[in-house]
Amino acid sequence: MELRLRGLGHSYGDREVLRGIDLDVPKGQIVCIVGPSGCGKSTLLRMMGGLERPDRGDVLQVGEVPQGCLNPLTYIFQDFALLPWRSVAGNVSLVLEDHPLAKADAQAMIADVLNRTRLTEFADALPRQLSGGMNQRVDIARALVVNPAVMLMDEPLSSLDSLTRELLMDDLVGLWTRAPFTAVYVTHNLAEAVRLGHRIVVLSRRPGEIREVVELDKSLDARGYGDADLETQQKYLWEVMRAEAVAADAELVSG
Amino acid sequence: MDKPPGKVVFRGGGFAPVTRRWVGFLVFALLLSGIEWGTRTGAISPLTLPRPSDVLQTFAELYSSGLLFQHLLPSLSRLAVGAALGATLGIGVGLFIGLFSFIRAGLVPLVAAIFPIPKIALLPLFVIWFGIDEGSKYALIAFGTFTPTVVATYAAVDNVDRTLIRMGQSFGLSWLSIVRKIVLPGAMPGILAGLRISLAIAIILLVAAEMLGAEYGIGAYILEAGALYDLERLFAGVVILSVLGVLVSAAISAIERRVLNWRT
Repeated sequence: MELRLRGLGHSYGDREVLRGIDLDVPKGQIVCIVGPSGCGKSTLLRMMGGLERPDRGDVLQVGEVPQGCLNPLTYIFQDFALLPWRSVAGNVSLVLEDHPLAKADAQAMIADVLNRTRLTEFADALPRQLSGGMNQRVDIARALVVNPAVMLMDEPLSSLDSLTRELLMDDLVGLWTRAPFTAVYVTHNLAEAVRLGHRIVVLSRRPGEIREVVELDKSLDARGYGDADLETQQKYLWEVMRAEAVAADAELVSG
Repeated sequence: MDKPPGKVVFRGGGFAPVTRRWVGFLVFALLLSGIEWGTRTGAISPLTLPRPSDVLQTFAELYSSGLLFQHLLPSLSRLAVGAALGATLGIGVGLFIGLFSFIRAGLVPLVAAIFPIPKIALLPLFVIWFGIDEGSKYALIAFGTFTPTVVATYAAVDNVDRTLIRMGQSFGLSWLSIVRKIVLPGAMPGILAGLRISLAIAIILLVAAEMLGAEYGIGAYILEAGALYDLERLFAGVVILSVLGVLVSAAISAIERRVLNWRT
């Protein structure tokens, strides 16, 4: 299944936040969306998953939903959005409970994703007992358990410290290499974008329009920390974004 | 010459509640022994305050004569039935106000209008509606617990983390699942905090409810003692109410520890 955006635009009141977005999210690829703060990238992501209604244009779902997929468009949240009163396993089980699954099947699915995210031994822990990085892995496990067709990731690593961020990036690359998933990854961190993106979309400041699309051919598992090729790409992206970021910053100050 | 090195002064203490169990008892003990001493030496005249030891003796007589339970049991059952009715209805209506905009628009002004009415003033009305027996007493207590429970419940529902609800929607959870598994547990801390206040109000109203047509009951006992200016018995009754309040509060704390063990 693929996502296709056609002429997407949106305004809050008389403030236009997004204008004329045309974008394809091809199967099995990670599309990163970067842009200065306030450029509407989170709004864009909410529209892709049906949490917000766009004023103009359409979000199209192309092709069949793969078999065994319980929730085609699945989010991973910046603040994890875990229920604090449920254990790790309970949080994962929450999203299966509305589906007609045999108890043993559900148990097996939960055990499998906890194993893939290396959380098996923390299955009974409560979110508050775990670090931010662990909580984000629970969030990822919960998304994986429904076999999503497209993962919608809203700055998933932004609330983590930089060491944990590196670890989780390795985790995501590992998960993708073993079973390639389709994802839209919103971030303002260029290092994350060049590390995880097959395609990087740069948005302009408000109203957000597509400034540039960069394709990265290097396979994900060949990219590493401090990779020279990636540094070059990152520098290029920064040059594209710099003026936008400065202008966006000044805009916030002036109101 | 250089100043000799001095230690950095610690200034980060305080503003963090620490459990100190015995202080509460100490305050009680000091206050009571102070009054006892005052009444014995004559510094406090017996007309101003009864002697704590006399109150204790009155209480012991009340217990040994079997009258204690004759008064306590009807009161407890009135409290239980009235408060259970009021709290259940209050939580239900509060949830509906929190979940549906139409019901909110319709009922919030009504609740705001009912809240400040002293429920005791409506006692005659309740007697006409529900009879002079237990019915009017249940109604008074239920009505008194209802309004604060409603307000606490819908405020608690409003405070449930919206990102959790969006999460539930993004995973395609049904409306009922979102309410049962996200909204209700998320609102539980606020609902329990509200119950703490509502149940204290229920105890206050218990005395008011027993002003009319009650032969037995803590309230009836206190009012009778008050009419005769029998301060020892009056205080014995008041102490029972205080103890009841402490017990109810402890019960809610126990429930909080069980149900809200996920909080830090």
